[in-house]
Amino acid sequence: MAKTYKEWMQPLRELEEGIANLESLAAGESGDKAAEIAETIRRFRQRRDNYIETLFSRLGPWERVLLARAEQRPYTLDYVSRIFSEFLELAGDRAAADDHAIVGGPALFQGRPVIALGHQKGRNLTERTDRNYAMAKPEGYRKAIRLFRMAERFRMPVLTFVDTPAADPGVESESRGISEAIASSMLEMVRLTVPVVSVVIGEGGSGGALGIAVANRVLMLEHSIYSVIPPEGCAAILWRAPEKGPQAAAALQLTAQTALELGVVEQVIPEPFGGAHRDYDEAAAGVRDAIALHLSQLDAMSPESLKADRYDKFRRLGSFSHQDLAAVSVTS
Amino acid sequence: MKAESGSSAMFVQCQGCRKTLFATEFLASHKVCGTCGHHHRLTWRERVDATFDADTFCESASTLVSHDPLNFPEYAPKYGQAQAKTGSMDSVTIGTARLEGLPVSVAVSDFHFMGGSMGSVAGEKVTLALEEAANARIPAIVFCASGGARMQEGILSLMQMAKTTAAVERCQEAGVPFIAVFTDPTMAGVLASYASVADVILSEPRALVGFAGQRVAKQAGVHKAPKDFQSAEFAMRSGMIDRIVPRKDLRPTLATLCRTLGGRLLHGAAHG
Repeated sequence: MAKTYKEWMQPLRELEEGIANLESLAAGESGDKAAEIAETIRRFRQRRDNYIETLFSRLGPWERVLLARAEQRPYTLDYVSRIFSEFLELAGDRAAADDHAIVGGPALFQGRPVIALGHQKGRNLTERTDRNYAMAKPEGYRKAIRLFRMAERFRMPVLTFVDTPAADPGVESESRGISEAIASSMLEMVRLTVPVVSVVIGEGGSGGALGIAVANRVLMLEHSIYSVIPPEGCAAILWRAPEKGPQAAAALQLTAQTALELGVVEQVIPEPFGGAHRDYDEAAAGVRDAIALHLSQLDAMSPESLKADRYDKFRRLGSFSHQDLAAVSVTS
Repeated sequence: MKAESGSSAMFVQCQGCRKTLFATEFLASHKVCGTCGHHHRLTWRERVDATFDADTFCESASTLVSHDPLNFPEYAPKYGQAQAKTGSMDSVTIGTARLEGLPVSVAVSDFHFMGGSMGSVAGEKVTLALEEAANARIPAIVFCASGGARMQEGILSLMQMAKTTAAVERCQEAGVPFIAVFTDPTMAGVLASYASVADVILSEPRALVGFAGQRVAKQAGVHKAPKDFQSAEFAMRSGMIDRIVPRKDLRPTLATLCRTLGGRLLHGAAHG
């Protein structure tokens, strides 16, 4: 089993490099030679597509984790720039700081005013440090609360993009109330009387994700994950072995399909062939169409029924029944 | 022997200072060490007895059990063992009771049941207790004792955070006070949901109170924490809780909160 995304994608990368080499070779040729190279390129591309098809037809839970975390995947701002005709980022929680792990502001979605916000990851070391690996601090959730209130005041639907490994677990976040900030952000979403749609685009990492995902409709991209705990953390607690992340990923069943079956999400949005990272535009178009569909359905609801609908959605979630203790068979 | 095993031995050893204590005195003080003040964990039954008017607790939803939705490795036998050990079906017990005569809706989490973890059943029960408070217009009192969300129920456990938080909003809308009492430990998914949005947050002394569990924090590379990091005292200093209340003072403190914050509800309601 591949440990990292890089290791897992090595054969595919070699095929892509081979194709690129042939293409540059073809540029300097003509006639029969060029036709011959073109034929080879065609065969290589076919082989690449077959490889991707095989790879994606048997994705295990751990491969999905690697894919959901891949730094080639489109991030929140990649979707924002493709989905909204206008977007203006607003900063700050008006109390302590501006958290770059969460970005948001007013936007136009198909001509209609909305509030858009989401976790933002970074692509290189500088960006990643600046974004704190998309692990939001209390200030991030308090900025989100500001934006939710703005949405309520100006009657704008809220669209959130979820992509975080977890909320920031550091000492300073703890002392500034990371738990309170997440809980208050959820509570603010519960109160909203405007439509709320959340899309898990990559990593839906526990409370840090849910803090901005208490929505009427929760959607997941095909290869995103949503989990109560990072698989490595689960392995550390259950087996005191963080390296057993792959086993924990299998046990946690953190895939979009499971979330759909359990009623946690309303729709799984298909990704372009080979994953969202292979075609940002196509991935964004899929997300845009899904948001449009769900918004049009929510538009039919009154403000009060939107709030009630959100309550009912989460009220239903759980797996239990009534049973007498006497009927429990104890195995040891 | 250990102080928590509740047998009929004459002596128990304090888990804080290791002193040997008379069992009768230890139990009379609701498991608080007379020497060092260490607050030992209570079962839900002991908590109810220590807090509410005698024989007024009326349990509800006692037969709820989880369905192991993910068929998670080793969950079913662990769950069965916890039920056999505690005599409860899951980690949270709910019902109504009276506190110095005042009617209240109650939820008590018991750490002895799988670390008090919150899965589908605990989430449902906390939600029911908060909804009962809102519907009956009586204060809600929730005793937290939990390591966080129950991993074995995966994403459904995470969703209990949203579900219970939504129920808090029902209390706020109905104008009934919701009081959370943090006991050792109050962590992660429980702290980052309904517990932290209570109107008033009390904590027992030196309870572990924090977001990321130690093993998870270590995994995430957290270092250089102050000595009392993730304690009730640290949370109090950080402005996250209202009061640290020794166990012996909890009952009158809670009653005062119910009479003041919930005073408006008492007109016309039977009590006394």
